[in-house]
Amino acid sequence: MKRKRFNYIDMVLVGLRFAIIGVVLWGIAGKFIFGIGVDYTAADWITFFVSGLSQGSLYALIALGYTMVYGVLFMINFAHGEFFMAGSMSAAVLVALPLDNAGYLQAYPIISLCAIFLSSMAVSVSVAIMTERVAYRPLRGAPRLVPLITAIGASFFWQYFFRGLFGSSLVPFPKFEIFDGKVGLFGLEFQKIDIMVIVTSIIVMVALQLFVQRTRTGRAIRAVAENKDAATLMGIDVNRTITTTFAIGASMAGVAGVLYAMVFRQMNFIMGFIPGVKAFTAAVLGGIGSIPGAALGGLFLGVIEAIGPPLFLEGLGIPGAHQLKDVIAFTMLVLVLIFRPQGIIGEKLAEKKA
Amino acid sequence: MKENVFKGTARIALIIGGVALALGMIGVIEAFNERDIVSDVITLGQVVLYACPLIAGYFVAKREDVGRSMVPVHGLLGGAIAAVPTFALLYITTIWETIRDSFINVSPTLIEALSFGNESVLAGGMRLVLIFAVLGLVGALFSLLGTKLRAAFLQAVAWVVGIGVMSEILVNILRPRLTSANLKALFGSGLNQTPFIFLLVGITVLSLAWQMVGKDRYQARQASMNAEQKKRSSIIRNVLIFCILMILPSVLGVYLSEIFNNVALYILMGLGLNIAVGLAGLLDLGYVTNFAIGAYLMAIMTSGSEYGLTTPVPFWIALIICTLAGMAAGFTFALPVLKMRGDYLAIATLGFGEIIRILAKSDAMKGTLGGAQGILQVPAAKISGVAASIFVPILDFINGILGRWDLGIIGSKGGEIIFDKPPQLYYLLLACCLLMLIISNRLNNSRVGRRWMAIREDEDVAAAMGINTTSAKVIAFTLSAASGGLAGAIFAAKLGSIFPHSFQLLISVNVLSLIIVGGLGSLPGIVLGAFALIGIPELLREFAEFRLLMYGIALMAMMLLRPEGLWPSEARKRELSRDDDPPPIAASAGAGD
Repeated sequence: MKRKRFNYIDMVLVGLRFAIIGVVLWGIAGKFIFGIGVDYTAADWITFFVSGLSQGSLYALIALGYTMVYGVLFMINFAHGEFFMAGSMSAAVLVALPLDNAGYLQAYPIISLCAIFLSSMAVSVSVAIMTERVAYRPLRGAPRLVPLITAIGASFFWQYFFRGLFGSSLVPFPKFEIFDGKVGLFGLEFQKIDIMVIVTSIIVMVALQLFVQRTRTGRAIRAVAENKDAATLMGIDVNRTITTTFAIGASMAGVAGVLYAMVFRQMNFIMGFIPGVKAFTAAVLGGIGSIPGAALGGLFLGVIEAIGPPLFLEGLGIPGAHQLKDVIAFTMLVLVLIFRPQGIIGEKLAEKKA
Repeated sequence: MKENVFKGTARIALIIGGVALALGMIGVIEAFNERDIVSDVITLGQVVLYACPLIAGYFVAKREDVGRSMVPVHGLLGGAIAAVPTFALLYITTIWETIRDSFINVSPTLIEALSFGNESVLAGGMRLVLIFAVLGLVGALFSLLGTKLRAAFLQAVAWVVGIGVMSEILVNILRPRLTSANLKALFGSGLNQTPFIFLLVGITVLSLAWQMVGKDRYQARQASMNAEQKKRSSIIRNVLIFCILMILPSVLGVYLSEIFNNVALYILMGLGLNIAVGLAGLLDLGYVTNFAIGAYLMAIMTSGSEYGLTTPVPFWIALIICTLAGMAAGFTFALPVLKMRGDYLAIATLGFGEIIRILAKSDAMKGTLGGAQGILQVPAAKISGVAASIFVPILDFINGILGRWDLGIIGSKGGEIIFDKPPQLYYLLLACCLLMLIISNRLNNSRVGRRWMAIREDEDVAAAMGINTTSAKVIAFTLSAASGGLAGAIFAAKLGSIFPHSFQLLISVNVLSLIIVGGLGSLPGIVLGAFALIGIPELLREFAEFRLLMYGIALMAMMLLRPEGLWPSEARKRELSRDDDPPPIAASAGAGD
């Protein structure tokens, strides 16, 4: 390691670190010692936590796409949020709403849900493969900023393409009666939909982890992530593996898209941007390139976002603290990029790369 | 072997056919059909639609494995296959009647346009296939023409389509200067047929002549000029450009001046962002931060509403303060992100931009920034008092000489010069743009400019050469932010009110797109990029809806096909031409990256 002089930049960074910790502590103190803001009960806090977990598992699912693509290509796929949007919108407009109108949705909810999931994943995957083929593959080996700019272009292209297809107004998503209302667990009440989202995401993520660890294709993906040249020498078709990686990431985004639709029940063509950036934050939080990291990062971000405003923003005496949910996420993004670009649990990866 | 050739034809044709279908389904064709290129003969939508089989035919025929004798066959086939996806859509609409509930743009108008208003949609569809096949043939035959003739013809087509698209605006410009009979002969709902043919042939011939004879002569003459002559010719050129710029508002009128002003605002921001992205290679996706800070500060300092200061600051002082505040913001935001590189830097700056916007919108800052309702009653810029008593007589004098081609500023009203209408604001923006252009030009060739370029090429090597990369990057961010603050301040005074809604990520992306499309690091490129990306969509209302779609395509296409931009800077051009034949050392360094 080279030794660097301690210059004014480092001083600013140290100051920033203390300032952030100070603000958070001040807010928490304001909340609990001086009692500023609403007084929440323990049950309220658990509700915040669970809704944060459900939100976080959506971020985690999207983050998997970022992390896997970054793992094989070292590129931030800025358009990944659009894959999520594409699947979600198409499944809603082309499958969910017609099924609901025909009455199938309430009569056979499970079959309909499967159809919705499959169509969403199919659209996400095809959008991803097209993007990879047209916009990213010709740029392998270009300077790193070039694919990023292309990705921004692709992102805008898909947003406005889908706006052209489905219009710019909000698209409603039908309500599933079986997931409506609350359920009692351990003496507490939870939204059924939150539980459903958390359980589905856990199943999907475990399946993905098994796929990547146990199957031939998964091994190929890991090999390409490790070293492309060596993988080529071992007879792995690198281009094909990269496409597969995009497809898997996009199918996760497709699943997340349906879950998002079920939670928020309305969508439009720019819905992919904010979850996309947050999922990227989650991916960096967990250490970009690591699949369990992305999952943990997503859950962590979701919980911080849900608990943060009542915990320390209200304590600072800020009016309308819940409006600043996104500010917390973006601040986390910036802070993680500044202080721990290797991620909270990404120690191993950072060592390897250094 | 032969099978493969046909397979390739089908593949190309299907891809392009898919594009044609997509254009129809997202509403491009329908929207563009409202603008006539040639009066009552062909619309812009038809041009776009029929370009598909032409392109398909051309690419199908251009492949090397297609024998010369087989070109017409492949062209016909390619054109016909390119119509298949659209035909499928027509067929589907006959079965699935509620298709419009899902695909909002598959409207009866579109179906009518695609099936030529036939009673039977399928018969119309067959006609479409036929027309596409013929056009595919034309495209294929076109590929057999000589390169020079082809280029000349394409140029002519581009000009004619451009003139046709702009006909409404051209009519407005020409109306006071031509008799109405002459005007009617030239333009109807688009370009009329006679001038269309005349222009098409004329431009083709001219362009051909230029390529055959003129180009060489011009280059020879340029080469034979000595230094003094070159200098003189460049002075003459600059004076001429300056004079044209000065009388532009009175030629263009209020509406076009407004568009020019928007373009100028983006040129201003583009020049600023160019310092960070183009020169120093720091991809900043949060440029809107500086713009927002300049605008909000201007609004707070001068507004007459409850959010303004009790004693408003004069506009010109506020303008300087806003520029300085922009620089301060650039400096502050630069400090934490300096250690990041490339894509992480981009995402972090994007985060800053979003944080600023959400804060401005939130209730938390409502007391000072006005929340979602924004700040109203921002006064327009004006020159009054002593300065006005000097300027107004001068302006009156100049206007007296110029007569009909007067300046847009009407000075004598009440002894003040108020920049409240587009033609007046134009001069303010023009002055700022010229100033920034001069500064940027000087920076390009300065010591710090060379440091930035070294960092852009390779940060580690630059550091090893003894360049203080930290300070160079801080300076880049700070200077780059200055014109953002300036543009924001003028934006506030121009609009008269400020809303958080105006400061979205889109602004950053617009600015980034225009400098990339124009050519990173190239000043004329930025001006060109701003006109192409901001000016043209504002001119054409039916483009507006597809503006961001086109930005997306433009960004991708530029990176894929022409990464150096439309008007690349000299340095870039040299680099790229050197890349064709890289010296062995550079190649090995590249591999280690």
